[in-house]
Amino acid sequence: MAFVDDLGAALDKTPGGGIILTSLDAVMDWSRGKSLWMMPMGTACCAMELIAASFSRFDFDRHGSIPRPDPRHCDVMVVAGTITRKMAPAVKRLYEQMPDPKWVIAMGNCAVSGGIFYYDTYSVIRGVDEFLPVDVYISGCPPRPEALQDAILRLREQVATDSIVPGRDRQLNTILPTPGSPRKGDSAAADGDDS
Amino acid sequence: MTEQTIVNIGPSHPSTHGVCRVIVTLDGETVVHAEPVIGHLHRGIEKMAENRTYLQVVPLTDRLDYVGSMYANWAYCRSVERLAGIRVPERAEYIRVIVCELQRIASHMMGIGSTGADTGATSAFMYTFAQRDHVVELFEALCGARLTYNYVRPGGVSMDLPDGWVEQCRAFTAQHPPVMMEIDRLLFGNVIARARLKGVGVLTPEDAVGWGTSGPVARGSGVDWDLRRDDPYSVYPRFDFQIPLGEIGDCYDRARVRLWECVESCKIINQALDQIEPGSVHAEGLPRLLAPRPGDAYDHIESARGSLGVYLVSDGSPRPYRMKVRSPAFCNLAVLPLLAEGHTLSDLIVIIGSLDPVFGEVDR
Repeated sequence: MAFVDDLGAALDKTPGGGIILTSLDAVMDWSRGKSLWMMPMGTACCAMELIAASFSRFDFDRHGSIPRPDPRHCDVMVVAGTITRKMAPAVKRLYEQMPDPKWVIAMGNCAVSGGIFYYDTYSVIRGVDEFLPVDVYISGCPPRPEALQDAILRLREQVATDSIVPGRDRQLNTILPTPGSPRKGDSAAADGDDS
Repeated sequence: MTEQTIVNIGPSHPSTHGVCRVIVTLDGETVVHAEPVIGHLHRGIEKMAENRTYLQVVPLTDRLDYVGSMYANWAYCRSVERLAGIRVPERAEYIRVIVCELQRIASHMMGIGSTGADTGATSAFMYTFAQRDHVVELFEALCGARLTYNYVRPGGVSMDLPDGWVEQCRAFTAQHPPVMMEIDRLLFGNVIARARLKGVGVLTPEDAVGWGTSGPVARGSGVDWDLRRDDPYSVYPRFDFQIPLGEIGDCYDRARVRLWECVESCKIINQALDQIEPGSVHAEGLPRLLAPRPGDAYDHIESARGSLGVYLVSDGSPRPYRMKVRSPAFCNLAVLPLLAEGHTLSDLIVIIGSLDPVFGEVDR
């Protein structure tokens, strides 16, 4: 969206441009918030609830959130399930393939903090926020589809506050945990608070 | 023979039913070799079990086969009961049979739905998932969870059937077989689905046995092997049910075996609901901290994917010395290179779907 970025920056500098900018922001945020296409990064149990959410009973299409398998079509990555060290590079790469602006929902305890696999295991990454910027966390093992629904609506609230002016670029924590490197929570003062 | 290309599918691909990566060598569009790469969901559950008490392992087994959590619960609990010599009350056995047959329906709904989705009919998923949601609701009434139940415990089940549950369950088993007939007509009677499924990925009975497959994959090839009948456990000998078998072992047979198993499961549930009697649902006088005598035990049950076994070694401490899961999904996935060879790339997707692997169980 280079054109929109340039336009936003230009309007920001123009005297009186702020009025147009805010109106433009409102239109952009409205349209972005109402069509948050999901990249279903379902790896484990939570993927079942993610599938259930898309089908007849819960029907996420009505929120404008449809799952698209291609990252290039998507706005929000829903990380549903345990992310292991073997899987993490693939998740990161898929995130990088998504066009800006993009958001991440960490669905389920495994994606939030490692959940039940926090202790005593050698292969699980303790929360997807170790390498992706997460916008909304959903707790639960697995969370109900209603919780995912709530997360989409919360994300929409957050999208409504965004501006098209560049500067909201979030820094990606590009350092992937490698085998042997200390994991989050391995220190003596293990704080379980991820946010 | 043209120049071969190598195509990488996965690990995040909607058609691989999880986090399987398949390295496919293609000659034009024809698959020369398909090599599944597993381990993307390896969470070390077997190792984790060595640091948990026997009761604390049960929630871990939920996360093995997350489409059919009750099975792993039950297989593990049977091993523990064998190891510690626990007698399970009869009512608990009946409840276990009921929930596991319901679980078979829920799991097969996923398998049949994905067969439809793989052949281009996403609407099949809508029908099957509506049925699955009914089962999940029953489970939620039973134990409060939709997916990870932690319901079957060593010595019985965690709680008795709630009020009105039996009626709800009967209502489900009454409406389920007609829906299956409808899906049979809509999906398996469909010309496109038949053309995509018939004759694709034929597994001969010899290969099915030789590669150690079990469950609907083996039965789709006509291998008449079902632990519920051939190595009867729990109260299964008291029920009258058929084992559906396929004829030639293609994707069509495997998918249809799943469909008919759902109908048979409804029969078993109805008989169990008729026979079940009031009583205790948990063995009396069990210590909170089980510490079986040193020794080992193996027990297996027929899960929705096949023969699911758990091997436990005890060193006399309250924690298992070793837990090994004999995973049917892992063994069934092993035949993928065999089946995919010579088929087109689009058929490979159907073949993966017809094996119905769950990667929580493949990778453990």
